[in-house]
Amino acid sequence: MLKKLLVANRGEIAVRIIRAAQDLGIATVAVYSAADAGSLHVQLADETVNIGPPAAKKSYLNIEALLKAARDTGCDSVHPGYGFLAENAAFSDAVTGAGLVFVGPSGDAIRMMGDKVSARSAAAAAGVPVVPGSAGRVDGLEAGRTVLAETGFPVMIKAAAGGGGRGIRIANSLVEFVQAFPQAEAEALAAFGDGGLYMEKVIGKARHIEVQVLADGSDAIHCYERECSLQRRRQKVWEEAPSRALSDGLREELCASAVALAKAVKYSGAGTVEYLYDDDADRFYFIEMNTRIQVEHPVTEAITGIDLVAEMLRIAGGEKLRIRQGDVSVKGHAIEVRLNAEDPAKEFAPFPGQVAELRIPGGPGVRFDSMLYQGYQVPPFYDSLLAKLIVHAETREAAIMRLIRALNELRIGGLKTTKPLFLALAADPAVRAGDVHTRWLEGWLIENAATLAN
Amino acid sequence: MAQILSPLPGTFYRSVSPDQPPYKADGDAVAAGDVIGLIEVMKSFHEVRAETAGTNIRFLADNEEPIMAGAPLADLD
Repeated sequence: MLKKLLVANRGEIAVRIIRAAQDLGIATVAVYSAADAGSLHVQLADETVNIGPPAAKKSYLNIEALLKAARDTGCDSVHPGYGFLAENAAFSDAVTGAGLVFVGPSGDAIRMMGDKVSARSAAAAAGVPVVPGSAGRVDGLEAGRTVLAETGFPVMIKAAAGGGGRGIRIANSLVEFVQAFPQAEAEALAAFGDGGLYMEKVIGKARHIEVQVLADGSDAIHCYERECSLQRRRQKVWEEAPSRALSDGLREELCASAVALAKAVKYSGAGTVEYLYDDDADRFYFIEMNTRIQVEHPVTEAITGIDLVAEMLRIAGGEKLRIRQGDVSVKGHAIEVRLNAEDPAKEFAPFPGQVAELRIPGGPGVRFDSMLYQGYQVPPFYDSLLAKLIVHAETREAAIMRLIRALNELRIGGLKTTKPLFLALAADPAVRAGDVHTRWLEGWLIENAATLAN
Repeated sequence: MAQILSPLPGTFYRSVSPDQPPYKADGDAVAAGDVIGLIEVMKSFHEVRAETAGTNIRFLADNEEPIMAGAPLADLD
């Protein structure tokens, strides 16, 4: 078992990790920037270390400062949380190189999953379905035509050297494809100095479904899936478990594929395998694996009763997986919503400020993971997540009712938050019916954003 | 003399990205509406524009400096 843990993060996830460690009798060291001296994670930890100025680059992303804090306080381990350095292979290597335990996978596993091409190859090799497309670069129009047999239409032509949505063309027919391919080549060459292209099937209406895995380096289990189809600008805002879109048979197949991948790469710790699920075709495709604990992990904890962060700490401490697959079962339905310091009526403009009033929801089936307290000054330097409200009930319908009840109990005075968004979504017929996909929310917001005043 | 104040709390940047030159250098002339820097608030970026023209801008805030809303960013003659 680990003895003393450095929590290399801030905000609600630092609080979450400190709680899990203290539950296991592990001493905790919080790190903080000058802007976070009054933060809840600093108040709750056994020891604290100031690691630098507000800018994340000089504090929470400063590997040297973090390692020094761990050494100076006699820590034997480091938990990276999510964001910041959580999926930085060099950080995992540096922690291990300093003789400490990194609570997460090896640098090599992070590297393999962080690279799109190697992750896709690893998934395909483990028998996990990937989005149909070219195996690597497509050499010219003729080679492109042969890939069409696999992808069909519409097909996406992407610059291999591109990123962030640049250099992408979509062709709906062979005529369009023959025109678009050379154009995309020329464009890629002009924009990136590299005309290399690859091709991928366009999944029009897809759900985002992801599988939670736990692994100890040799064995792996899954803790079923989460659906996170309600997204804005590729950021999840509402997550739930289980997904009602899946049949039992497909659910087992999906979850087994995630376990196969975790085993194939000798994964260790908690991880999430993300998929697109195409309702019409009733098929799922691998997108990527996240090698960290995720923001939305509490919905899985709610339906399985497993403390994922505690299991991460046990595995990092050298224990084998304590939970067998047959012991993992789903009970009820859970929903998490992300309360951000943003004004949904004003294009989600960030809204840092002071928490003038705080009333936290409670009662059966309600969990509130947050770093808020009355009088807390929300700093402008980091992301806008203030709190996660998680509700759990027997059915999805009951969970939505409970979500509305808990949102009405919640009061965060002095700030604009995304609470009105979730009250409106919870009342929306499409959300109630679960009839959504990853681009649904952006369309809904065009119609409804103006009504979301705090 | 006029002062350009930060409309938001956050981190002040003098250029659009680290590998680009600053929007304005000390001593530059500024037209009304010119972008003089960026404020990063909770990972979103907002342009700061000069409301009036001037012949000589002198920055008071450094690149990457944390600032409060209303803090002076530059003097403008």
